[in-house]
Amino acid sequence: MGEFEVHRVRFFGLVPAGVRCLAYQRNGARLALARTDGAVEIYNFAANYFQEKVIPGNEARSVEALCWGAGDRLFGAGLGGEITEYDLSRLCVAHSVDGGGGPIWTMAANSSGTQLAIGCEDGSIKLFEVVPGGIQFERNMDRRQGRILCLSWHPSDTYIAAGSIDAIHVFNVSSGQTVQGIMVSYHMQKVKRKCIVWSIAVLSSGTVVTSDSFGRVQFWDWEQGTLQESHTVSTSAVLSLSVSEKEDSIIVGTSTGATYQFQLLPVKTGSLEKRWVRTKPFQHHTHDVRAVVHSSTALISGGLDAQLVIRPLMEKVQKKGYDAALRKFTFPHRRLVCCARKARLLLFQFSQHLELWRLGSTDKTGKDGEVLPLCRMPEHLVQLKSKGPEHIYCSCVSPCGSWVAYSTASRFHLYQVQYKGNSISVKKVPKVPKLVLPAYQLQFSADSGSLFIASAQGSVHVLQLLEPGGCKHLHTFWPPSGCPEAVYLLAVSADGHWLAAVGGDWAIHVYNLKCFKHHCTVPTYNCAVTALAIHPVTNNLVIAYSDQQLFEFSIPEKQYTAWSRMVQNSGLHKVWLERDSPITHITFNPKNPSHILLHDMYMFCILDKSLPLPDNSALLMNQSTLKQLPETARQWQLHAFKICKKFQPLLFADLLDENSLVMVERPIMDFKTQLPLPIQQKKFGT
Amino acid sequence: LLCASGDFVKMYSVATEETLRVMGGHADLVTGIQLNPHNHMQLYSSSLDGTIKLWDFMDGIPIKTFTVGSKLLALYALPSSEDSVFVVIPKSGERDTFQLVSVKLTKAAGQDLEAKELSVVLDGVNASPKYIAFGREGEYVASVKEVDLQVYFFKQKQLNRFCVSAVKTKSGNNQFTCIACHPTEDCIATGHADGKIRIWRNFYHKKEYTYSTLHWHHDTVMDVAFSVEGTSLLSGGVESVLVLWHNESDCQKDFLPRLGSPIEYISMASDGTLCCTLHTDNRITIINSNLRFARSIQGLIKSANVKTGLVVDPRTKALVLNGEPGHLQFYCLQSDQQLFSLDIVQRQYIHQAGLNQADLVKVAFSAQGKWLATVEEREDVTDPELQLKLWFYDEEIQSFKLNTSINMPHEDQITDMCFRDMDELEDDSLILVTTGRDCMFKVWVMVEDADPDAQHIVSWSCDFIGSYHNYQPTNCCFSEDGSVLAVSFEETVTVWDSVTWDLKCTFCHPPGKIRKICFGRLTCSKYLIGASDDGFLCCWNLLSCALEWSAYLNVVVLQPDPLSEHIAAVSWLSKESSLFVFKPNEPRPIYIQRNLCREKIQLAAFVPRDEPETIGSEKYLWLRRSQLFFLTDTQELMTLSTKSLQERLTPASKQLAVEESLPVTPFSLLLGKHRRQQSQEDIDFGKLFVHNKCEQDSPAIKELLHTPAHVLPSASFLCPIFINSLLISKENKSAEEVADEVEMESEKTEDDSDEERDVTEMEQEDTSPQELLGETTCKLSKSQEKELRKIRKIDYSWISAF
Repeated sequence: MGEFEVHRVRFFGLVPAGVRCLAYQRNGARLALARTDGAVEIYNFAANYFQEKVIPGNEARSVEALCWGAGDRLFGAGLGGEITEYDLSRLCVAHSVDGGGGPIWTMAANSSGTQLAIGCEDGSIKLFEVVPGGIQFERNMDRRQGRILCLSWHPSDTYIAAGSIDAIHVFNVSSGQTVQGIMVSYHMQKVKRKCIVWSIAVLSSGTVVTSDSFGRVQFWDWEQGTLQESHTVSTSAVLSLSVSEKEDSIIVGTSTGATYQFQLLPVKTGSLEKRWVRTKPFQHHTHDVRAVVHSSTALISGGLDAQLVIRPLMEKVQKKGYDAALRKFTFPHRRLVCCARKARLLLFQFSQHLELWRLGSTDKTGKDGEVLPLCRMPEHLVQLKSKGPEHIYCSCVSPCGSWVAYSTASRFHLYQVQYKGNSISVKKVPKVPKLVLPAYQLQFSADSGSLFIASAQGSVHVLQLLEPGGCKHLHTFWPPSGCPEAVYLLAVSADGHWLAAVGGDWAIHVYNLKCFKHHCTVPTYNCAVTALAIHPVTNNLVIAYSDQQLFEFSIPEKQYTAWSRMVQNSGLHKVWLERDSPITHITFNPKNPSHILLHDMYMFCILDKSLPLPDNSALLMNQSTLKQLPETARQWQLHAFKICKKFQPLLFADLLDENSLVMVERPIMDFKTQLPLPIQQKKFGT
Repeated sequence: LLCASGDFVKMYSVATEETLRVMGGHADLVTGIQLNPHNHMQLYSSSLDGTIKLWDFMDGIPIKTFTVGSKLLALYALPSSEDSVFVVIPKSGERDTFQLVSVKLTKAAGQDLEAKELSVVLDGVNASPKYIAFGREGEYVASVKEVDLQVYFFKQKQLNRFCVSAVKTKSGNNQFTCIACHPTEDCIATGHADGKIRIWRNFYHKKEYTYSTLHWHHDTVMDVAFSVEGTSLLSGGVESVLVLWHNESDCQKDFLPRLGSPIEYISMASDGTLCCTLHTDNRITIINSNLRFARSIQGLIKSANVKTGLVVDPRTKALVLNGEPGHLQFYCLQSDQQLFSLDIVQRQYIHQAGLNQADLVKVAFSAQGKWLATVEEREDVTDPELQLKLWFYDEEIQSFKLNTSINMPHEDQITDMCFRDMDELEDDSLILVTTGRDCMFKVWVMVEDADPDAQHIVSWSCDFIGSYHNYQPTNCCFSEDGSVLAVSFEETVTVWDSVTWDLKCTFCHPPGKIRKICFGRLTCSKYLIGASDDGFLCCWNLLSCALEWSAYLNVVVLQPDPLSEHIAAVSWLSKESSLFVFKPNEPRPIYIQRNLCREKIQLAAFVPRDEPETIGSEKYLWLRRSQLFFLTDTQELMTLSTKSLQERLTPASKQLAVEESLPVTPFSLLLGKHRRQQSQEDIDFGKLFVHNKCEQDSPAIKELLHTPAHVLPSASFLCPIFINSLLISKENKSAEEVADEVEMESEKTEDDSDEERDVTEMEQEDTSPQELLGETTCKLSKSQEKELRKIRKIDYSWISAF
């Protein structure tokens, strides 16, 4: 595998924001997720649950509810009182309309996605119509006391059920009249406490399902206004609820972090009498489960512990494969760390600030696995705070360490960092050319002479960096056929000749930087690109896709390399293909051109192209067994994938020089301690 | 309430806890009882002897007997199947595999029928009845084994198999331990070894089955049962807490804690008003529908380890021994009931493995039963706890009251304890002696309490501490008049004056350490008997301070009869126990019973009879005034009965063999031990007796040659023994004559059969109400007549042969 001196970096104090709500597209292709910091993320289920798009949050814009409207339009509403439509190709807010009822707690779209209903702080329910280019206010429902916390449409779109404090109401959509009001109360020892209906759903049979703050899931007959069934699920609140499309299964999420499944099961074989039965409990979260979604094959839950959990229902999954495994996503599927190799600096991107650190160093050497003492501690050099409520889209530090750039939704900043002995001065570069913002990805060239800015509509701007402290717009690359989506990944060759850019349509364009023209397009592959890099020696473009496939494309020859074809013919190892998280970074070792260094959240891999590929019968993670084998036997067992799982969860890995690596990990326990305390539960035996 | 116990099926009254009827007839352990679903006055029972019997349990009459052939391990009856029942039988040809078969019960007339029509329903089931349950209206049967659940649908003839992951997690393994089916819905509840209960539904789909989990128990769920309507579920385990789950919800549950001991089985009454739990300590608890303890049917509590020994309470004549952990149970032999349970340790018992908890180790009563001394200890390497408690019998509350509690009476464990039995002396001369491993024995006396505010007028304090050469004392014993105390120190027996506490004399019998000592009674009170580790029984004369006689016998139990001069010794030789009864003044045993039982006998006690029995046989004269009881390793209580037809020795309380069922619940269970039938005909016995004598000879010589010279009795004493031992033929003859005599006598006693019936019963069963005696007598006497005839035939043949 090769020996490296590894900088094990644990000072990246990233705390992902909790999951606030989830919206599942009806055709099942995408899941929209809103975090408590207002960020909206889109997961593409077809592309192995890849986190395809991220719309960074905004302090002024919280998101309480998300829903998909007609034509795959995504709407969000929050306590700011506005309904926002997101532009998914430009990854920013398209436009927003004031709801006019104070903070909006909930929003629901009807079955066709043409109407949106919002529930407001003042107890009103307002109907909006989704029209091309925006939404239009349509009607007010009867106003009731108390804030509306949850809403649900009847599948026929004729009724809306709304839950508020101590009551649920059913409204007729066409007349706006209250059809039924049901008091949901709870008496315990003659003390009446407020019962908060956290979540509601209307089944096509007319049954209204509610979950409330007393841990109950209740089934109501809304026409009679009577309680049909009540299941006490938890001692704490049941916060979220979701019904499957067939209406035979319900998932609820509680504030203890447990989720429970309810199933409509026949009481006896062959009889028509069916009953809701609580079946499986799942405990994947440690904190409140604020949002759940019941897809056709899986239970999806998101909690305040920032985890998105996809738990497949085994009985619905036809074959054992990628879909049948439990998925947990905590960290974003993109890089938040940037490394200045020459200067040995790390730039960490937080939602509203950047941190620049200098790596520690040691003068000792040791054996394999030994922890070396540091002679110089890692040093926090600079913290750059972005002004305004907007969150940072992307950031980058140049390889020489003297340039730092970042972009928010409306602003782009370029700084020059100067090191004079122990003092550091940060100077903002004046007169940055006006560009179409936001920038989605930033990349400095290897010689730190130019900056590439990924922008909307597939364009890439090239800025030339001038000493001392200036810059100049050189060129803008446009994809030859045009592209509506923004570029989200960039790769530049070491010799400064080539630039590869991936847009939201997953087409990879290669541009020639010497003559500023489009060189070629990599044949399209129907999956999202998760990482790409250009080999410094051979100028081969290595591409990792979200279905865990790896391709190598020779830029000079404009075709896939022989090795890549061989990989495609023989296929990758089954275990490799069933891995959990996408490859987020690719780098190379200049000393050993046949090596490709890759990493995802849970492993670091050195791919040795000179060795044979493993077949499915071989052990993929064989490093530990290899160690025990004698030298001669080892030769037989060697294969191309050399995997190290020592560093978890791995946010970033890069090669500093020929024999030193930097690994940035964020132990789960470290950030769990920074989360608010979960609900105290008595555990037996503790 | 019906319950299988050993070879019998017992019927109890739910209202009065009384045993109403005992139905016997099976030749082997009863393994399953089940009400006839078509006639609620009838009962099926199955037994290891391969028969199914149909009983009219109100009258206790067997209606039919079906012979199946193979061992029957469990029995199920269904309302939907008219003429067949289901039994679990071992699979032929394979060991430890069992199958569930349905047996067609022919409707032909007659009492004894063959039932050979078997059809296999399920293969590979568990033998215990807890592992199979029949579902709603008998539509399916579910069986669990290890980690597999099998469900077989009778109509569709479809077998579904589910398994839980066999991975042993840190929370324990999830093997199935019990199963119950919902009475009206398609729902199965299973209990697991890790304490979880899984509720299975939708199990007619091979793939889309689903289950939910209820978890409260921290250890194995021993049994689950649905209520009659199926709205709630009951479960129990070693926590001895009955858990009632409402609506299969994890959040709504009720508990009935402190049921005393682990719950083994749960059964519901068909009307849903009562539920009963069976506990591992031989007890049935009846519980109301609102989860209130109603009453319990209590036999002899089986405790983990009877450390106290069998002690007889002089006041109630009850047998006193360890009961529940930390409790002392008073067990009435006549009624097979627990009189009461005295909480000695007075601490909450925590059911958790590996926890050292204080337990009762020694008990002693004063002669009148006025004082009770108990020792409790907690074994702990770092800080052992030891407490000596003295209890005073309070006439007002009719119970013992704690008088004095002494912390750490000895530095180390207490090995023995005794009161000075002086009937005629005053109360304040009562003396208690304790011996401890700290090489001391201490004498405790009552002192008047100086403090007027004190609760008790008297309290106990230490009076004298004695030791001998820093040896560990093992036993202590007072002579009958209380003047002399004998304390055994390893290999030496020391005799002390109980007034001045002077060492009077010592007896030594190397190389063996002294295991038991006791004084003779009445006319033999000058003798001190000691049993040693290396297998010698010695008798010393206190007046001459010399060894009177010794015998080679590996004695494990030495028990003097308080009302006569007899001493019973139980020996343990080559996997069988033998009983010897002798008088200290003569070295020849007056009664020998070989092969008493296969298990090692741990303890024995003489219980005084209320009135002396008239015993014809000379051989059993020693049982005239008191009865001898034994407790074996497996905690079976046995007794020796005298006037039985066949001189039968019957094991008494079946500790393990208990099965329960409510009158109308199709649910029966069993765990049990085979009752040993040790009936010996007189002829056999006589021969055996002779044979025993022959065997006895060589030890006598061996003993003579092995005993160290300085402890040997005088040669004049040894000579007759030696000579006697050589006179084999003479002895033989006389023994045969004795046997003949016994024979004649037993024939005579056969005539009054009514009385015998009572006596020959095991004392646990002999509580059959008197008013029913008349009914049963005619039947019994018939069978007895048969036996009588048989015996006469044998007798004559034997005599003619002679």
